[in-house]
Amino acid sequence: MALPLIVLLPLLGSLVSLMGNNRQRNVLTVMTAILPAIALAIVLVHVPDVLAGNVPRFAIPWVPQLGLDFALRLDGLSLLFLLLILGIGLLIVLYARYYLSPEDSMPRFYSYMMLFMTSMIGIVMADNLLLLWVFWELTSLSSFLLIGYWYHQSEARRGARMALTVTGMGGLALLAGFLLIGHIVGTFDLQTVLDSRELILADPRYLPALLLVLLGAFTKSAQFPFHFWLPHAMAAPTPVSAFLHSATMVKAGVFLLARMHPALAGSQLWLYIVTLTGLVTMIYAAYFALLKYDLKGVLAFSTVSHLGLITMLFGLDSKLAVVAGLFHIINHATFKAALFMSAGIIDHESGTRDIRKLSGLRHYMPVTAVLALLAAASMAGVPLLNGFLSKEMMLTETLGTGILGGLAWLIPVLATIGSLLSVAYSLRYVRNVFFGPKAEDLPQTPHEAPFFMRLPMMVLVALCIVIGLLPALSVTGLLEAAAQATLLSPRPELHLAIWHGFNLPLLMSAVALAGGAGLYCVRRKLFSFHRQFPQRNALMNFEFNVRRVQTWTQTMIDRLENGSLQRYMLWLIVAVLFLTGSGLLDLTQLTGPTPNQPLDGLLIVGGVITILAGVGTAVMHRRRLVSLIMLSVVGLMVSLAFARFSAPDLALTQLAVEVVTVILLMLALFFLPQRTPKESSGGRIIRDVLLAAGFGGVVTSLNYALLTRPLDTISGFFLDNSVSGGGGHNVVNVILVDFRGFDTLGEITVLCIAAIGIYKLLNRLRLFMPSSDSEGRPWSKDLHPMLLGTVSQSLLPLALLVSVFIFLRGHNEPGGGFIAGLVTAVALILLYIARGVDWAQERLSFHYQPIAVSGVTIAAFTGLGSWVFGHNFLTSAFGHFTIPYIGEIELATAMFFDLGVYLTVVGATLMILANLGKLTTPHRPSKENSKETL
Amino acid sequence: MEALFSTVTGFLAASGLYLALRGRTFPVVVGLTLLSYAVNLFLFSTGGLTTDGAAVISDDAARYADPLPQALVLTAIVIGFAMTAFSVILAMRVRGDLGSDQVNDQREESKEEKS
Repeated sequence: MALPLIVLLPLLGSLVSLMGNNRQRNVLTVMTAILPAIALAIVLVHVPDVLAGNVPRFAIPWVPQLGLDFALRLDGLSLLFLLLILGIGLLIVLYARYYLSPEDSMPRFYSYMMLFMTSMIGIVMADNLLLLWVFWELTSLSSFLLIGYWYHQSEARRGARMALTVTGMGGLALLAGFLLIGHIVGTFDLQTVLDSRELILADPRYLPALLLVLLGAFTKSAQFPFHFWLPHAMAAPTPVSAFLHSATMVKAGVFLLARMHPALAGSQLWLYIVTLTGLVTMIYAAYFALLKYDLKGVLAFSTVSHLGLITMLFGLDSKLAVVAGLFHIINHATFKAALFMSAGIIDHESGTRDIRKLSGLRHYMPVTAVLALLAAASMAGVPLLNGFLSKEMMLTETLGTGILGGLAWLIPVLATIGSLLSVAYSLRYVRNVFFGPKAEDLPQTPHEAPFFMRLPMMVLVALCIVIGLLPALSVTGLLEAAAQATLLSPRPELHLAIWHGFNLPLLMSAVALAGGAGLYCVRRKLFSFHRQFPQRNALMNFEFNVRRVQTWTQTMIDRLENGSLQRYMLWLIVAVLFLTGSGLLDLTQLTGPTPNQPLDGLLIVGGVITILAGVGTAVMHRRRLVSLIMLSVVGLMVSLAFARFSAPDLALTQLAVEVVTVILLMLALFFLPQRTPKESSGGRIIRDVLLAAGFGGVVTSLNYALLTRPLDTISGFFLDNSVSGGGGHNVVNVILVDFRGFDTLGEITVLCIAAIGIYKLLNRLRLFMPSSDSEGRPWSKDLHPMLLGTVSQSLLPLALLVSVFIFLRGHNEPGGGFIAGLVTAVALILLYIARGVDWAQERLSFHYQPIAVSGVTIAAFTGLGSWVFGHNFLTSAFGHFTIPYIGEIELATAMFFDLGVYLTVVGATLMILANLGKLTTPHRPSKENSKETL
Repeated sequence: MEALFSTVTGFLAASGLYLALRGRTFPVVVGLTLLSYAVNLFLFSTGGLTTDGAAVISDDAARYADPLPQALVLTAIVIGFAMTAFSVILAMRVRGDLGSDQVNDQREESKEEKS
């Protein structure tokens, strides 16, 4: 199948042109043109097939879970658009070769251009709604690049930004609309969606889906009130404007209307919204086109106006109106591309696009003048040119509409006024620029453009004439095929002819022509009438509004995120209280069916001590050392509680962690103020106490409710499989190193990262070291009491022995890597405290960072090791071995993992404490270094 | 027993939260540590309060304590230490670099206090 090539060749072209050289312009042009030319040839090969009514398709799944397939189709509607995109695209490539100046990067230009072409082709060929949307977004992005091509110009950047914002928002709406349609129909396959009109129209979600899809279409094709981005997109180089605003970008919006017509049209809603939006846009933009002084501004507004015309035709409830819309798409693309090219030539050769300065250019560039005259005549709807034919069809269809009931006459009248304005601005474009006296004060003396720059215009104008003279021969087949695809009905019989006899539409045309000429003659009055209104710049308005939104969001952010930790905590706790509190409110009663276990005296005493110490920590918080001592009492009581409730592993861990925590906090307290100044207001304290009491109450209730309800646990599995599957009798340890080993691996990694982070935080930290405590008492001169030193030294081997013991038996008895690591760390820290950092550092000459890191590494490699044996990550193996004199012991690979845990804990704990302790030594290396550098 | 246990948890949580709402670094760190005790006790109690449960698998054990919450809490204790250490040393760094041990931007703090 050749269909994917049509999309992929231009995409490849976007890469090919990037490889070109800016100086070899002809080579680059040919290189760029060759791939889309092949794509066009492939399309042409398919023409007979498609005209015969067949629809070639291609599909491969892309993300089937989302219903997104890379599905392409080539029906009549796709064919019409493909011919426009590729045909006009190739002409633009040729034209741009002469338009761009040597300073402009041609490879970049062509690359963007090909990317844009690819996305347009993707839109018109997509056979899946989501795929269509992907390409739709791609047009927004690539048009942003094209409009902002001259990125050194502020106008270009801002115009591109505005286009991206407006079309990007429309794209989001379109996605939402497509998702809704996909939900209604049950698939994103285009054909199924198009066949499900009844289903979609009957669904209550039809209204939002329709509005969202229309929002996408209207923003893209610049319909009122989203038209304002298009005139500012004129900051792009003229070839870009000629491509984007004649055959592609804005046509994507009307393409969408045509594509979704079978699925969404047919309701009153569609009829009114689409028709009236189109009508308003047509007249509104035509009026402004007449007032503009910039040639491209005139063309920009006329583009908006003609798009309004096409939109209106797609809205009307007649099949021939849709045909007229499709016909006008072709005609508008040909004459508008030619007119943009003429504007580019004028700008290029005379240095200005200002209608007030330009005059009598036909003397300088006669060929361009003739071509522009013919194209503008087609735009005005002069007979014998293609614009006349579609305009006649349009006027005929407005006469037959049933919209607006008794006021139905309003539609043809307004359509005639629109045509009249179109005649007036076309006339102004030609008459002011090419006729009249020779302009003298132009920035440069104009002359005829190179032949190959005029050639694309000639081709387009020739098309205007051929279609205008011989419609039946040239476009009837194509239009019939496109109409068949758009209406999903048997092929309508078209009778395109120049002469239909004297009838009402012909009279309306004549009125428009005569009236337009008349309006042109009195245009100065119109200008002075318009001058009384304040001139508004859409770009300024847009940016002002964007800035207002920014200011507003910034205010909101400042209000929410005001830098106060208390404020954040407040919101967090209030949210927690609300969520858990509402859960508790749903309980019928707090106490569950399980009876309380009996209390004994020891428990009561322990509980009371814990509560008193906990509350004491908070109450005494301004005297920090006292508070810290209270905290350590709490920690001790918690570890006793663990021991009381049959968790010896936890009790041991808590005890060891308690020691290191308190040492750490005492060290920190040495550098921090010893007391907290009184600064909270009374109101603040009451608020915090209430909040804390509420929180504590909720926690207690939750905990009590939980404890008095029957327990349903998954731990039976661990208890049953610990010995047989993990080879250990200590279930907690087996869970840590085997069943849930992956969690532990993550956990020691976090520990290691925290330690490394602390190491970096302490790097070159300089702190004020007080020489006395808060009450002015100097610190003791006896830095390292001998008693402590002796005891700690004799304790060290014993402690290391204990930790080895705890480590080894960990798999079967309470203990394990965590506890053994903490015991080792505590023993070493005791040595640091007793003898000082220098003394310890001299004797323990190793770094702790590698130890911690190697711990994590060993644990990870133990896990990876099981891959070698074809098992899952961290699967453990174990066996029984007999060691002489010691007897039979059981060894498991989990032991290696536990070794990793042990090393990480030792390394991380000492990395934290030893480095912090180093700060207390008066002649620490970092200080000396910094002194030297100073 | 359950009532006493949950009361203790609640008091620890309340004291920890009150300290965490203070404006200086050290009480906040102490408060977070206290809060983590409460959380660990809570988590531990989700396996039920077992008296005289066997710690290791043996044939003559009458009943076992739920090992899963224990494993979870064991790692939580060590992680809690890492968190405490990190926050307290961050507090020292802030004091070293900015010369203040307030948790808030001072300007904002005074605004907050006034309101």
